[in-house]
Amino acid sequence: MAIEVRIPTILRSYTGGAKVVDGTGDTLADLLNDLDSRHGGLRGRLITDTGTLHRFVNVYVNDEDVRFLGALDAKLSDGDSVTILPAVAGGAFGFAAAAAISSHSAAAASRHGAVAVR
Amino acid sequence: MYVLSIDRSIIDAIVAHARRDHPDEACGVVAGPVGSDTPTRHIPMDNAARSMTFYEFDSMEHLRVWREMDDRDEEPVVIYHSHTATEAYPSRTDVSFAGEPGAHYLLVSTREPDSEEIRSFRIVDGVVTEEPVRVVEAGVDPHAVQSYMFGQSPATVDYECSGR
Repeated sequence: MAIEVRIPTILRSYTGGAKVVDGTGDTLADLLNDLDSRHGGLRGRLITDTGTLHRFVNVYVNDEDVRFLGALDAKLSDGDSVTILPAVAGGAFGFAAAAAISSHSAAAASRHGAVAVR
Repeated sequence: MYVLSIDRSIIDAIVAHARRDHPDEACGVVAGPVGSDTPTRHIPMDNAARSMTFYEFDSMEHLRVWREMDDRDEEPVVIYHSHTATEAYPSRTDVSFAGEPGAHYLLVSTREPDSEEIRSFRIVDGVVTEEPVRVVEAGVDPHAVQSYMFGQSPATVDYECSGR
């Protein structure tokens, strides 16, 4: 058995359009490495340069937000279902927020990183 | 060319939600059948940020609503939020975070107390494209020849097949 991973529309370019892919790993970090070996680039959209989960990507194991399960250290078992959803966020506070995101994307990525920032 | 066609009753519900949460930003989704490009089910969401300048779906509500759409073969046709002191145009933050390339991003400005500005955009790979909003009157099939009478009984009933 494997771990089922549900891929959001915006990241399906990394999975050949697949909505659900399988992977393996004892932790979320292991799973993302495994996925990246077959779907190159996917991991980089979820994890910052400093090695933490992007602030504005939600990852769930079964029904739990991984932020409450140890984030990348979250333990996984065969048969688990992992869901990735880009956070739905925004707002009028354009300048300061966007500036914070772009200038601190490396240093403070765990707090301010965004999946769609280029 | 893109256009957002949306029922008057849904627009009214979105505006009511935005007014209710003003001066905080309001946010939500209108789901519709996959591939239909037709928004049919209004789902007001909590703004977990509870802010006048920022909105963010609550992560658990987000999961629940997205699963529910999946189960019903729906997708987020419209993702909306309000700006409460500025125009209804996507901010740089909105563009940075736009993660549903297939959705219509609807913005409502509630900065004027008596009127709302409602505009719709596609946001794909950081590129914003405005599209017209076509408001469809509720439940009226333009091809049906029928009139409705609410809250009263007609004085006479003329069935098509009864005129013999």
